[in-house]
Amino acid sequence: MKSVRRIETLDRRLLSGREYVGASRIDGPLIYVRNTHPIGYGELVECVDSQGQVRTGQVLDTSDEVVVVQVFEGTSGLNLPNTRVRFMGEPLTLAVSEQMLGRVMNGLGHPRDGGSLPHGEGEMDVNGLPINPTAREYPRDFIQTGVSVIDGLTTLIQGQKLPIFSGNGLPHNQLAAQIARQAKVLSETQEFAIVFAAMGVKYDVARYFIDSFEDSGVLGNVALFLSLADDPSIERTITPRTALTLAEHLAFTKGKHVLVIMTDMTNYCESLREISTLRGEIPSRKGYPGYLYSNLAELYERSGKISGREGSITQLPILTMPNDDIGHPVPDLTGYITEGQIVFDREMYGRGIYPPINGLPSLSRLMKDGIGEGMTRDDHPHLANQLFASYSHVQDVRNLASVIGEEELTSLDQQYLEFGNYFERKFVNQAFNENRSIEQTLDLGWRALEELPPEELHRVTEEEINTYYGRSSEA
Amino acid sequence: MPQRIVGQVKRVNGPVITIKGVTDAMMMELVYVGEELLIGELVKLDGEEATVQVYEEATGIAPGDNVYGTNLPLSVELGPGLIGTIYDGIQRPLERLQEYSGDTIQRGVAANALNHTTQWEYTPLVKEGDEVKVGQVVGSVQETERVEHRILVPPTLEGSPPYKVAETVKKGSYNVEKVVCTLIDSSGRKIPLKMYHQWAIRVPRPIANRKPLGIPLITGQRVIDMLFPLAKGGTVAIPGGFGTGKTMTQHAIASWCDADIIVYIGCGERGNEMTDVLREFPQIIDPYSGRSLMERTILIANTSNMPVSAREASIYTGVTLAEYYRDMGYHVAIMADSTSRWAEALRELSGRMEEMPAEEGFPAYLPTRIAQFYERAGYMETLGGDEGSVSIIGAVSPPGGDFSEPVTQHTRRFVRCFWGLDRSLASERHYPAISWLDSYSEYVDEVAPWWQLQGEGGWLESRQEIMELLQKEVRLQQIVKLVGPDALPDSQNFILEVCRLFKTAFLQQNAFDEIDRYSTVAKQLKMLQLILDYWHLGSDAIAKGVTMVKIRRLKVVQEIARMRFSVPNDDLDQLDHIALRLERSMTQLGGIYEER
Repeated sequence: MKSVRRIETLDRRLLSGREYVGASRIDGPLIYVRNTHPIGYGELVECVDSQGQVRTGQVLDTSDEVVVVQVFEGTSGLNLPNTRVRFMGEPLTLAVSEQMLGRVMNGLGHPRDGGSLPHGEGEMDVNGLPINPTAREYPRDFIQTGVSVIDGLTTLIQGQKLPIFSGNGLPHNQLAAQIARQAKVLSETQEFAIVFAAMGVKYDVARYFIDSFEDSGVLGNVALFLSLADDPSIERTITPRTALTLAEHLAFTKGKHVLVIMTDMTNYCESLREISTLRGEIPSRKGYPGYLYSNLAELYERSGKISGREGSITQLPILTMPNDDIGHPVPDLTGYITEGQIVFDREMYGRGIYPPINGLPSLSRLMKDGIGEGMTRDDHPHLANQLFASYSHVQDVRNLASVIGEEELTSLDQQYLEFGNYFERKFVNQAFNENRSIEQTLDLGWRALEELPPEELHRVTEEEINTYYGRSSEA
Repeated sequence: MPQRIVGQVKRVNGPVITIKGVTDAMMMELVYVGEELLIGELVKLDGEEATVQVYEEATGIAPGDNVYGTNLPLSVELGPGLIGTIYDGIQRPLERLQEYSGDTIQRGVAANALNHTTQWEYTPLVKEGDEVKVGQVVGSVQETERVEHRILVPPTLEGSPPYKVAETVKKGSYNVEKVVCTLIDSSGRKIPLKMYHQWAIRVPRPIANRKPLGIPLITGQRVIDMLFPLAKGGTVAIPGGFGTGKTMTQHAIASWCDADIIVYIGCGERGNEMTDVLREFPQIIDPYSGRSLMERTILIANTSNMPVSAREASIYTGVTLAEYYRDMGYHVAIMADSTSRWAEALRELSGRMEEMPAEEGFPAYLPTRIAQFYERAGYMETLGGDEGSVSIIGAVSPPGGDFSEPVTQHTRRFVRCFWGLDRSLASERHYPAISWLDSYSEYVDEVAPWWQLQGEGGWLESRQEIMELLQKEVRLQQIVKLVGPDALPDSQNFILEVCRLFKTAFLQQNAFDEIDRYSTVAKQLKMLQLILDYWHLGSDAIAKGVTMVKIRRLKVVQEIARMRFSVPNDDLDQLDHIALRLERSMTQLGGIYEER
């Protein structure tokens, strides 16, 4: 029996790379090929059209009778009799290289900037492998973004995945660019390497990021994977995987700290839905496939730190909530996987506050272990807690004021309104190029609390009140 | 290397594989697919075709690949060495996998769930000639400082009873493969027993009897123990949208509850969360035994990016391990975080098998599966004559935080306790964000007799009184929203004040504070009593004409507000002193007004 098995495996290897001429059906980005030798699930496919142009694809479904291939560059221009389909017998890989920093590539990692392909330092399966939970190192290094509302209230930690939940027309790109420019780990001298994946965004948006990286002089440290709005939508499903594969190489082989910006995750999910519908799969919510959660998790979980290795992957995915609905499947499932979320608020944007981050639904799950004495400042945990509690009461007071009018409020509630205004105008609001240190941020937080009498501050200790409260007015 | 070929692959669609040429295979059989020997389970038989769900990423599997049978259902190994280990959904030890395949989980790696070479100090508890029954204890091993692992006669045994002990080893060090006891059945057949046995994960382990529930599972979390108690052997669901603190609540209960054994199932959740548990638990000292928490904990980690079918199995793996320890006479608590991910795994696999969906794409058998899982909880008399229990605490992650979705709805039908997490509480950073309006516990009356025995007395009445106040507060808040608080008379405003204090000083609990993270039964009772004292004395004073502002300004009120941080569990006299000061201050205040 053993010898039989060897021959079978041998056969497979010999057959790989064999080409078939003619497809039996083409439907959207999917090609159906009949009567093939046994084709492995997930295999890499090269598809050659009548002009000799090669497109890349992957096996989605394989059986005795028919093999379904998704073609990432799209199927336009292909015809049934003349299409040549070559099965490569290996999974889709990316030739990763540190030289990709400073380059612009498409979703599959092919150069888009006219240059030649960088020399690969190794072939890596773009799907990656799950990190063993015992091999992970719990992330706890504070990243100073220079944005008060993030540093103070939803602190970003090195190795975290923290998405921005935004809406159309809100300044999420500015914020992402600002974070990319300012992000810094205080104890480290090394700069972040940035891997940028664009899925279905407009050319202008990609241009904006490139310009902003160029202005701040970091472009040489950025690898861009662009699959723009006019590229085939199916390419978007592979773009984040390619980008994360490079990120893993940079972080865990080269020991770099990598910041991955992925925009826009909603477009990615829509492409998945497109393919799922084409294949006639049973949909779950809003037509999205039932495996959307697992699929997103395969991306988001490719972040973090591995014990004994130097680098880290921090993810900053951006998604636009359709109709500003946080309950929509894309933000909803994302929130269940990521370690918190930064939520944009259209109403705050309307009042001219930048960044328009609503602190209450925003959250950083890893914050608890990355702040406090020795990391940021001893008063940070309690201060953040107090700001949340007080600001949350501001919302109640505003609701009440809209019914009975501000004049009818008790004097304490009026102080809360003052606090709310100061908090939004001075603490949250800052300039696009303003880089605040964590001390400045925390002091501003205390300054906001000074609008309230000290008896109202239940979440901070008496010592903290003695040390920090009222300090600014004395000075 | 398995030798029996059950068939060849016909079609691969993600984790679902169709095989052909099947003549001898059984339902739920454990199979290996392809030359990489990916682990799978046979879930459907149809003529010469069968459907297999693979527990690993299926890339590279091609039609024609062989599928090997094992003649065994998907099983777990039960024996000493489980405690303190972290497993994946099909009981592969993750630490050992790391030695074999590095920092990522490669495909086709396998390792024994138990370490078969570790030497355990075995003490026989039966002698030759003794008659033994199935489920009876034949020996014991000190598994960790706090857990004595009792070696049981497996619940299903070949041969026919009565069984007698033919041979047993002397006290000494052996590994789990050693035959420690040989039984002889009525027909003279010899049955060797090792320190471990296998059990199919989808089959509940047999018991002698179910017993009524009556003892609460003390969690150290005040809102749970006082308002919505869970009984040992009970079931509870914790639903909540993302960011409402399901995992935090589960962690807190796993850390501080008074169960003997904890099985923590991370089912389709974040990798870093499991790392957090792994890193933190060995350092936390369990208040009941003074030992590290890891000495009573088994972790099952099937994170969201690990294969989806193993996620489906992880729930059953966890509950089987729990039942095994229950059979030794222990009280076991299972944290399943999150059952929604398990239900979604069912949905995904069902979809790939092209089954007809019911609600929101979930298969029609979803409620049956949920019911089967929760029914494995209970307070039992074991086959060996001991008492043990399995309590299940299942987190539910409803999409969009909407409790009307199928998983939450069906789970509600099969659990008797419900801790609903509230987003607005979580936004205020009121943790644990268990809503006192949505939550309920059907165990209140069943555990009330136990609480009445805890000395201080009146648990049921106190609980009732504070719940009524909370209900009144809701109505009053509606009025306040319309006309402002000043429109209310002091007697009603005082209800708001007491509820506010109750929420900040009692219901909120800081999981990171050395003192506050866990409260003993005695501390909880005294704290509740203090707040009720404040309500009674304050109402009396207001009736005498004292204004509420005066009462609020009493220094002792600040002391009550801070008591959860300031009074350690082992120095409860301080609470009595606060009570005395409260009474004195109130009498003083009331006195001034009476003199007038």
